[in-house]
Amino acid sequence: MNNTTQQWVDEKLTRALDKVQATVPMDLQIKGMHLFQKARRRVLKRPPPLPLVETPLPAVDSLPLERIDVTSPFLYRQGVWKSYFQRLRDEAPVHWQGQTPFGGVWSITRYDDILAVDKDHERFSAEPFIIMGETPDGLALEMFIAMDPPRHDRQRLAVQGVVAPKNLQEMESLIRSRVQEVLDELPVGEAFDWVPRVSIELTARMLATLLDFPYEQRHKLVFWSDLISGSTEATGGTSTADEIFEGIPEMARQFAQLWHDKAARLAAGEQPGFDLITLLQSSPDTRDLIKRPMEFLGNLTLLIVGGNDTTRNSMSGGVYAFNKFPKEFAKLKANPGLIPNMVSEVIRWQTPLAYMRRVATQDTVLGGQFIRKGDKLVMWYASGNRDERKFDQPDALIIDRPDARQHMAFGFGVHRCMGNRLAELQLKILWEELLARFEHIDVLAEPEIVQSNFVRGYSKMMVKLTRKAV
Amino acid sequence: MAIIRFAQHTGTTRDVPLTEGSNLMDLARANAVPGIDGDCGGSCACGTCHVIVDAAWAARLAPANAEEERMLSMAVDRQPHSRLACQIIATAALDGLRLQVPEHQF
Repeated sequence: MNNTTQQWVDEKLTRALDKVQATVPMDLQIKGMHLFQKARRRVLKRPPPLPLVETPLPAVDSLPLERIDVTSPFLYRQGVWKSYFQRLRDEAPVHWQGQTPFGGVWSITRYDDILAVDKDHERFSAEPFIIMGETPDGLALEMFIAMDPPRHDRQRLAVQGVVAPKNLQEMESLIRSRVQEVLDELPVGEAFDWVPRVSIELTARMLATLLDFPYEQRHKLVFWSDLISGSTEATGGTSTADEIFEGIPEMARQFAQLWHDKAARLAAGEQPGFDLITLLQSSPDTRDLIKRPMEFLGNLTLLIVGGNDTTRNSMSGGVYAFNKFPKEFAKLKANPGLIPNMVSEVIRWQTPLAYMRRVATQDTVLGGQFIRKGDKLVMWYASGNRDERKFDQPDALIIDRPDARQHMAFGFGVHRCMGNRLAELQLKILWEELLARFEHIDVLAEPEIVQSNFVRGYSKMMVKLTRKAV
Repeated sequence: MAIIRFAQHTGTTRDVPLTEGSNLMDLARANAVPGIDGDCGGSCACGTCHVIVDAAWAARLAPANAEEERMLSMAVDRQPHSRLACQIIATAALDGLRLQVPEHQF
């Protein structure tokens, strides 16, 4: 099949889509798109993307620079990520790898270079995606994290109020009571898996609250978020395009229903709440978002993924870090006033999202390397946060580190994490309530790490709690 | 002694000695003024050293450049004289400058 055929197929598809977007329910549109993409793959004889198979990664010292590939979704799981990134920071801080499963990629690994790229949205665009690969064909979700100004600004400003400090003050006691409920139900003195019982449960409760989503169905939010952020094509995760296409229609249906219910309740005179849907409906820039399905789904996906993997894995990561650095836990118990700084340090140490991607908008030079217009750049926050040029003893958890707040896990510039204050608040409350109850949180075995080049997460971590002596 | 005055939302104020050539975020942090985070270390990339300049002083400062303007445009509680402290360099002419620290940084 040649390019003309492909163009013809895509043009027909686009025209048909424009027509259905206005009239057909969103979930049916996505089902239709799935069938279409399957047919398109057959017509164009495109092989389905191969699943990534885990093999042991070579020691970085055994590789010439040009063969180093940090895009592997197994880098973190196999514990070699530190040595790979250290080598790049030292020898090739702006490093090209043309042969990755996600195409050619520039890896930016030093703190200062990452900061410079993140700040420069004119030279380095966040469009069309901020993950390494592409979203599955035909499912080009649009979200403001992957839009440039001014479109980005309008959409972000419409929703950021929900996680702004003033609103968080209102929510603090609610968050605290939910943390208390979860912690009070934990078994003491016996092994259990921290990830589902604490990290997932707490973030699910928070997401349902922010979206005003049916509380008893909150685990669906986690399921959808994991499904999408785990896309094989996008992040090297374990969700195939077919699985994503099968899961998304239900999400589309429920979010559309949430939107329409909300609108009906408002029209009937109900006081507007302070949840994300209400905010989207009250802003002129997002009031008719529902009519733009890929943008509607994209932005809701952004908000659930943004509030899910991040906080969840910082909750698990903190416990794991304190087991590796027990003196720091003793320091914290002796001085709980360190909690806010400790929270920043745990976020730095964990860096739950490894990177954000940019695309060069022009030919340019960075760190002495010539970058062509259209090249993909990956800003490795996980590496910048361990850059010896910026942080003293970067691999150590030091809870009273004076510059802990300067970590780059939230990114910098216009795309800086909008939920940063909420994340900090959730973690602060969690640790305050943990210290009030438990003397020790012992990690019993090495945790299981998720397969991804994007999410630095824990899928299982067995722990045992010791109650605090009264 | 030349000073910069930081006023808190609670009504308290703190005068910190003015060191020429320093930016006002660094001055605030060096003197432990509450409410100035400066998460990006003065790179104009996070917006967490937001301050509101006293109206009488606003016109006497060099205006915000495009980069600062961009970060300020993302602030939730921006005021007409909002600035980022890291982008204001202390000079002798700023002796007595009064800055309001917002209740929250975001």
